[in-house]
Amino acid sequence: MQNDAAIIARVEEILDAHQGMEGPLLPILHAIQEAFGHVPQASLPLIAQNLNLSRAEVHGVMSFYHDFREAPAGRHVLKLCRAEACQSMGADRVADHARKALGIEWHETTKDGAVTLEPVFCLGLCACAPAAMVDGRVVGRVDEARLDSLLEEVR
Amino acid sequence: MKDFIIPDRDFGTPAAKSKTMVTLNIDGFDVTVPEGTSIMRAAAELGITVPKLCASDNMDAFGSCRLCLVEIEGRNGTPASCTTPVAAGIKVHTQNSKLKQLRRGVMELYISDHPLDCLTCSANGDCELQDMAGAVGLRDVRYEAVDTHFRAKDNSGAANPQYLPKDDSNPYFSYDPAKCIVCNRCVRACEEVQGTFALTISGRGFDSRVSAGMAEDNFLSSDCVSCGACVQACPTATLQEKSVIEIGTPERAILTTCAYCGVGCQFKAEMRGDELVRMVPYKHGKANRGHSCVKGRFAYGYASHKDRILHPMIRDSINDPWQEVSWPEAMEFAANRMKGIQEKYGRQSVGVITSSRCTNEEAYLVQKLTRAVWGNNNTDTCARVCHSPTGYGLGQTFGTSAGTQDFDSVEETDVVIVIGANPVSGHPVFASRLKKRLRQGAQLIVIDPRRTEMVESPHIRAAHHLALTPGTNVAVVTALAHVIVTEGLMDEDFIRSRCDWDEFQDYAEFVADPKHSPEATHLLTGVPPEELRAAARLFAKGGNGAIYYGLGVTEHSQGSTTVIGIANLAMLTGNIGRPGVGVNPLRGQNNVQGSCDMGSFPHELPGYRHVKNDDVRAVFEKVWGTKIDNEPGLRIPNMLDAAVEGTFKGLYCQGEDILQSDPDTKHVAAGLAAMECVIVHDLFLNETANYAHVFFPGSSFLEKDGTFTNAERRINRVRKVMAPKQGYADWEVTQLFANAMGAGWGYTHPSQIMDEIALLTPSFAGVSYEKLETMGSVQWPCNEKAPEGTPLMHIDGFVRGKGKFIRTEYVATDEKTGPRFPLLLTTGRILSQYNVGAQTRRTENVVWHPEDVLEVHPHDAENRGIRDGDWVRLASRSGETTLRAQITDRVSPGVVYTTFHHPTTQANVITTDFSDWATNCPEYKVTAVQVSPSNGPSEWQEQYEAQATLSRRIAAAE
Repeated sequence: MQNDAAIIARVEEILDAHQGMEGPLLPILHAIQEAFGHVPQASLPLIAQNLNLSRAEVHGVMSFYHDFREAPAGRHVLKLCRAEACQSMGADRVADHARKALGIEWHETTKDGAVTLEPVFCLGLCACAPAAMVDGRVVGRVDEARLDSLLEEVR
Repeated sequence: MKDFIIPDRDFGTPAAKSKTMVTLNIDGFDVTVPEGTSIMRAAAELGITVPKLCASDNMDAFGSCRLCLVEIEGRNGTPASCTTPVAAGIKVHTQNSKLKQLRRGVMELYISDHPLDCLTCSANGDCELQDMAGAVGLRDVRYEAVDTHFRAKDNSGAANPQYLPKDDSNPYFSYDPAKCIVCNRCVRACEEVQGTFALTISGRGFDSRVSAGMAEDNFLSSDCVSCGACVQACPTATLQEKSVIEIGTPERAILTTCAYCGVGCQFKAEMRGDELVRMVPYKHGKANRGHSCVKGRFAYGYASHKDRILHPMIRDSINDPWQEVSWPEAMEFAANRMKGIQEKYGRQSVGVITSSRCTNEEAYLVQKLTRAVWGNNNTDTCARVCHSPTGYGLGQTFGTSAGTQDFDSVEETDVVIVIGANPVSGHPVFASRLKKRLRQGAQLIVIDPRRTEMVESPHIRAAHHLALTPGTNVAVVTALAHVIVTEGLMDEDFIRSRCDWDEFQDYAEFVADPKHSPEATHLLTGVPPEELRAAARLFAKGGNGAIYYGLGVTEHSQGSTTVIGIANLAMLTGNIGRPGVGVNPLRGQNNVQGSCDMGSFPHELPGYRHVKNDDVRAVFEKVWGTKIDNEPGLRIPNMLDAAVEGTFKGLYCQGEDILQSDPDTKHVAAGLAAMECVIVHDLFLNETANYAHVFFPGSSFLEKDGTFTNAERRINRVRKVMAPKQGYADWEVTQLFANAMGAGWGYTHPSQIMDEIALLTPSFAGVSYEKLETMGSVQWPCNEKAPEGTPLMHIDGFVRGKGKFIRTEYVATDEKTGPRFPLLLTTGRILSQYNVGAQTRRTENVVWHPEDVLEVHPHDAENRGIRDGDWVRLASRSGETTLRAQITDRVSPGVVYTTFHHPTTQANVITTDFSDWATNCPEYKVTAVQVSPSNGPSEWQEQYEAQATLSRRIAAAE
């Protein structure tokens, strides 16, 4: 866990790097998430002050995008598609299996910090449904067996 | 919140300002409206109300609720009428079977996630959702609520993670997420109307929630300033006044005027019986246009606070406890004492102080008391300590002692100079209107030693902040003029046609002197020359330039000179006499303009006419039937000096706490203690009452009829919404007292007093209660030449004829820093508290500001070993006090800042008795001080506290 002073120093650097950019809020949030693995709450007032916005506005934007995390994720992130095409191909069943196998619910991280499980709505891989994404890599035709092998890979 | 008592129709979207008119047909009726009007508003003009939830005419259309759908012949689909502008010749249908079905479907979805507890809901009868369900004929909801936001537990009995409990952190309103329909009205009101941006929608889709501040914030910890705009905007019970939750809905509304600052917001006092349920800003109030701040909207609880004194009291000596007596006994006691003093010490030994908190009629009667009954001109008012230099400076240069514009003028301004004022704290409703204009692109120049909220806040950033050293206003204003003159940026046509050319040339020669250049004065003022030059160029050439200023200008030893300098700037740049420009003093108190107009100053009869003028006195003498002294009387500081000397012995002080508000507290206390009869007329046993012999309990603004005159010269009606709790309105008390002294007055209603004022004062000649009733309000001068009043002054020529340029030589104050007192103290206010705090300290507003703190720059703090929150000793040549420090870079190094809202702090023990050369307005804004760590209250604070406790004793009734 980084202390607040370190966070503030790094955030100030990121803000400086984005000085003068048009529409800088999302790029800044991305850069902060890149730096810390999440967007620390302590960074929001700094961003707000720098961009002449209110804290509420920055919070509103950040919370709108599920990809911006309030807390760090596990070492690996497993995203399972929950959209219509994948549901029709058995995504719900696979999802139940995943939650049971990992012993966690959606948005939770396993106790050993290895895996965070997240729903996602359409990875554009409907032809190979059900689809999943492991640390940014898309995987198609995910049934229980394939899921187990994926879990094997990340644990 | 819907307006169900006086239905102030909500047209759904703001009025369009276009001059081009467009005719269209709605439901078979033709209607002609300005181009850019929404179809919803056009329909409303016809009297057709299209169902809506997210639209309101004080904010831009948003188009999210999908209830206001209409059909337009020849166009596809069913567009939202709020976001669709009118077009010539279109035929619109607001009601047909398709629209009915669509609206019902939308309502079903809304209601499927809304509790059906209408009967026990606090918005019952005051809910737009309820109304819309009725309007669209909702009879059944087909959707079963599985996932909801309003059930604390889901169907299986487990806790519902979507349920958020009520947020009751704000003392005045509650936020109940269970009732929210996420229409965004509150968020938009906070952004568009108030300009604070404290609210947002967090999450997306079904997870969308109204959020104050960030994830861990509640309403109190967020940036929320509790202005009430969101509460007013909310269509449901989600954001609701706690008073309505407790009492229920009101049954009638009475239009009145707020009694806090000089903006003069109009409010509807919404009543049930004689209980005030809530104060709601009035949409047609010309100063506030439907907006409010935390003080006017919510902080009225002082009127029924337990500290309020409801019986007259007397005592022989200030060491005795108070004795409660009947009104006649109190009057007899007071009258006998005053008569005795005048017999013993002479006609000039007594005087009055009128109140800027009371009505025009009351101020008029109090000055009439001393002039007509006591036979002297010993009258003064609290304007002495705030805006007396405005009266002098603008009177000399323009010919009237008042601001030149109305508040609407700010909507057309392009460059604003805010000097010595922090409207965000002191005049919040004006600040919201100014910020709105700034967000539209107007430029801002702030001249203030402190980085105020005006300099930097969400979506607001001053183009130039000239952070000058306290006390150097004149040097900075003259340097601005230097740049304008030497760079040839002045408006010569304006100066030639409107001002005296010879005087201008003299002035130009004076300011052009290199010693007034920004470079030359830089060391003195601390303002970077390039920044000052850029600011001068911007103001001179940036379009309509307006100057707004406050007590940071006037409360200096050269206050009047700065006001003159400001007037010079406006004349130099031709910024007088049209909308969007002008010189605008931000008046501190609700009726400080009015109390000055009413002849409260010792040298002026009502209407700013000197007592030396025989013809003016003759007019008054004829109507009053007495002789009037032709010598000006004593100002407040003179009264106190005379008291210490032993020649001034009796004072009737209405609604002002001079002991707390006037400078050099020890001197004020000594003066009061030397008097033989001090009569205090107030709601509370204030600090001055510690030295009083007679106490007349006062009535609140809710308990009397009258008028207040705001900073834009607007005479607003104050209406009695409940009977005076102590029996009499203040004007009646003054009349009883005057009659006990043999005056023989017989006013039965304040309208008769106003008639007398109109008869005697040319600028008020056309004012009457009938006119105020029909017009709502009127801006003086209101007479034969301007029967409808005068929103803008000096349009074709200055009141005095030609505008007068006067040299503004900078003379440094005698109050200088040195080795013993190296820092400069300046004072100001905070949003939630009002002046000496007698009212706001007796409301829940204390949650925002429980004590005065001293702002210290980190550099100065470190030198002295002071940490944030430490007790510090603040000492000047006059005295010392202690308070807690707050470390902040809002103030520059070498400058410290505090507020003066709390009597225990006694900031005025510190301030000196230096004052303005022309008007004696005290120099509150500059005091040389030293700050050092401390353990707790100073000796003076402890002594003072002991004396106050002793003095406030009230003897038990026999």
